Amino acid sequence: MSMKIESTKILKKMTTEYFQSFFPKEGKRPLTAWCSSIGPSEILTAMGFQVYYPENHGALLGATRTSNDHIPKAHSIGYHPDICSYLSSDIGAYLNGQTPLTKTYGIPEIPKPDLLVYSTNQCREVQDWFGFYEKEFGAKMIGISSPWKLGVMGSEEVTYVKNQLKEMIKTIEDHFKLKLDPQKLKEVVGLSAESSKLWKTFLRKAKSTPAPFSFFDGCIQMAPAVVLRGRADAVEYYKTLNGEVDQYLATNPPSTKPEFRLYWDGMPIWGKLRFFSDLFKENNTTVVGSTYCDSWIFDCLDGDNPLESMAMAYTRIFINRSEEIKEATLKNMYEEYDCDGMIFHDSKTCPYNSNNRFCLPQRLSDKFNIPNLVIDGDLNDLRCFSEEQTVTAVESFLEQLRIDKL
Amino acid sequence: MSEYFFGIDIGSSYTKACILDANRKVLAQRTIKTGISFENACEKVKELVVSDLKISGDQLTKSVSTGVGRKNVAFAQFNKPELNCISKACYFYFPQASTIIDIGGQDNKLIIVAADGKQKSFKMNRKCASGTGSFLEEMSLKLDLGLTEMNERARSVKDSVKVSSFCTVFAATEIIHHIRNNSDTNQIIRGVFESVIKRVFEMGDLSGTIILSGGTIEKNPMLIQIFGEKLNSPPLVPPAPQMIGAIGAALYGVDEFEKENA
Repeated sequence: MSMKIESTKILKKMTTEYFQSFFPKEGKRPLTAWCSSIGPSEILTAMGFQVYYPENHGALLGATRTSNDHIPKAHSIGYHPDICSYLSSDIGAYLNGQTPLTKTYGIPEIPKPDLLVYSTNQCREVQDWFGFYEKEFGAKMIGISSPWKLGVMGSEEVTYVKNQLKEMIKTIEDHFKLKLDPQKLKEVVGLSAESSKLWKTFLRKAKSTPAPFSFFDGCIQMAPAVVLRGRADAVEYYKTLNGEVDQYLATNPPSTKPEFRLYWDGMPIWGKLRFFSDLFKENNTTVVGSTYCDSWIFDCLDGDNPLESMAMAYTRIFINRSEEIKEATLKNMYEEYDCDGMIFHDSKTCPYNSNNRFCLPQRLSDKFNIPNLVIDGDLNDLRCFSEEQTVTAVESFLEQLRIDKL
Repeated sequence: MSEYFFGIDIGSSYTKACILDANRKVLAQRTIKTGISFENACEKVKELVVSDLKISGDQLTKSVSTGVGRKNVAFAQFNKPELNCISKACYFYFPQASTIIDIGGQDNKLIIVAADGKQKSFKMNRKCASGTGSFLEEMSLKLDLGLTEMNERARSVKDSVKVSSFCTVFAATEIIHHIRNNSDTNQIIRGVFESVIKRVFEMGDLSGTIILSGGTIEKNPMLIQIFGEKLNSPPLVPPAPQMIGAIGAALYGVDEFEKENA
């Protein structure tokens, strides 16, 4: 049902260039900063660091179905099976001396960090994850502490984060003998804002009926929104991508209307993207939107007000909001995408992004009559996922929707 | 000419099959072990029910499959997920709003059905054997007692020894601990049955009409008794709880036939 996105070839080339740039053929390797996926990477880019995202590496380990080769290694040295499987995949792979980056992008190893920057806006695991590498590489580590589970955001929370960003800049300047050019920061944040807008434009094109692509395509197309944030090539890519989708919709729109449109909440199950894509296709259903892909939409980023807008953008992300805000957001997205049902992924090792655990599915069902299904799984640890049970649950849910429509 | 509607439920442990007539009356039913081949199991069980009625396979008007192996039944006209078959058959026997608790070998299902028969929602147990038929079978092996004897022994006592672990392995160690402390064996066994029911009570609000189904219910009447005690009223149980999915599948076949001939 989904279109074949030709721009993906450009995406592959861009991401290959991005990873290879950590290992230039000539000259010194770039000053490298590791950053959590919704961390203040614009500051690092503006200061001349090449930015690497360990969560992206975690997702790649999951998508290449190599996570379970490495998770046991991390567990064997004391990391608990219930903690983030991005962390255990990534640290296990490091201890095993392997990375899918070699096969996928042709680089010899993960780029070594000079600086590690994390924000606790998504979870506290990043602190210990990055802490492992701080000791391993003797790199400087800086953490941004984020207010947690916010309802309505006030200026106090923004100021709290903004002050930490200022402090972080000073620490980096002193440690690396660098100077942040405020003009450069404005430019980088401006580019981030622009690519974020274009990413949102792309995702919202799935509001068309039939949708030209699904959540599972979004999981592939999101790479520039995550790892090329603040760069002109991300902006260019999303312009090209949006152009391709517009042209497709104008000239060759999908003719078969899917029977159902669903909304996905929670993490993808990276090693099962194809399985889910095929399962829904087989059942004439499209997963049209997700809170996950939306997590990299930063509406309030503003190049003219870089620090404050970053503090605001990175604190108000969905995962970090109160139950009330999450409930309202899901209801709005469900209506906006004209959905028939909602899937919640209860990710065994990611409690922070398993939004079913405090009765949200029940509230959406009771208050707004939104049918929903909770799937048990995990972002990377496939031992926590049963294909058979999932097929039974998904197909029963769709049959229930079918009968309800009669 | 008589119409025959074949329903088959290929489960992980057992394959169940039945034939209904156009009035939805069960004419024949059979259960066999699934074994290692879904294809062999469905051919074999079909052969058995067809022979029971002294008809040939070609005389089947509609064949509908369900269960984990539902997509492996080459001769079925269509398949339906088992939860929907269970709710359809339970509503056929008890046409009212209800909560169905189906306990199978590998999983538990809690299904909410509205007064009009529409399935409203459902829950399945997490990927864990606790509270399922597998748990009882594991305990039966550990205690070296058949399921029938376990049911009889549990029925002979009023009190039970608490078995509270979530995990099958932990529960087994808990039982060994009770045996070592010379607790009454029959009370331990009753505790095992009660622990299954405790897991089910955690799955949802069990108010209103409760229907029990599934192979574990059929093989363990003690579960029905304890459910009744906990709920303060006897739960409803269809005539053949293990056959319920297959009957649901056959009912889908009758509906389809009626739609085609309306």
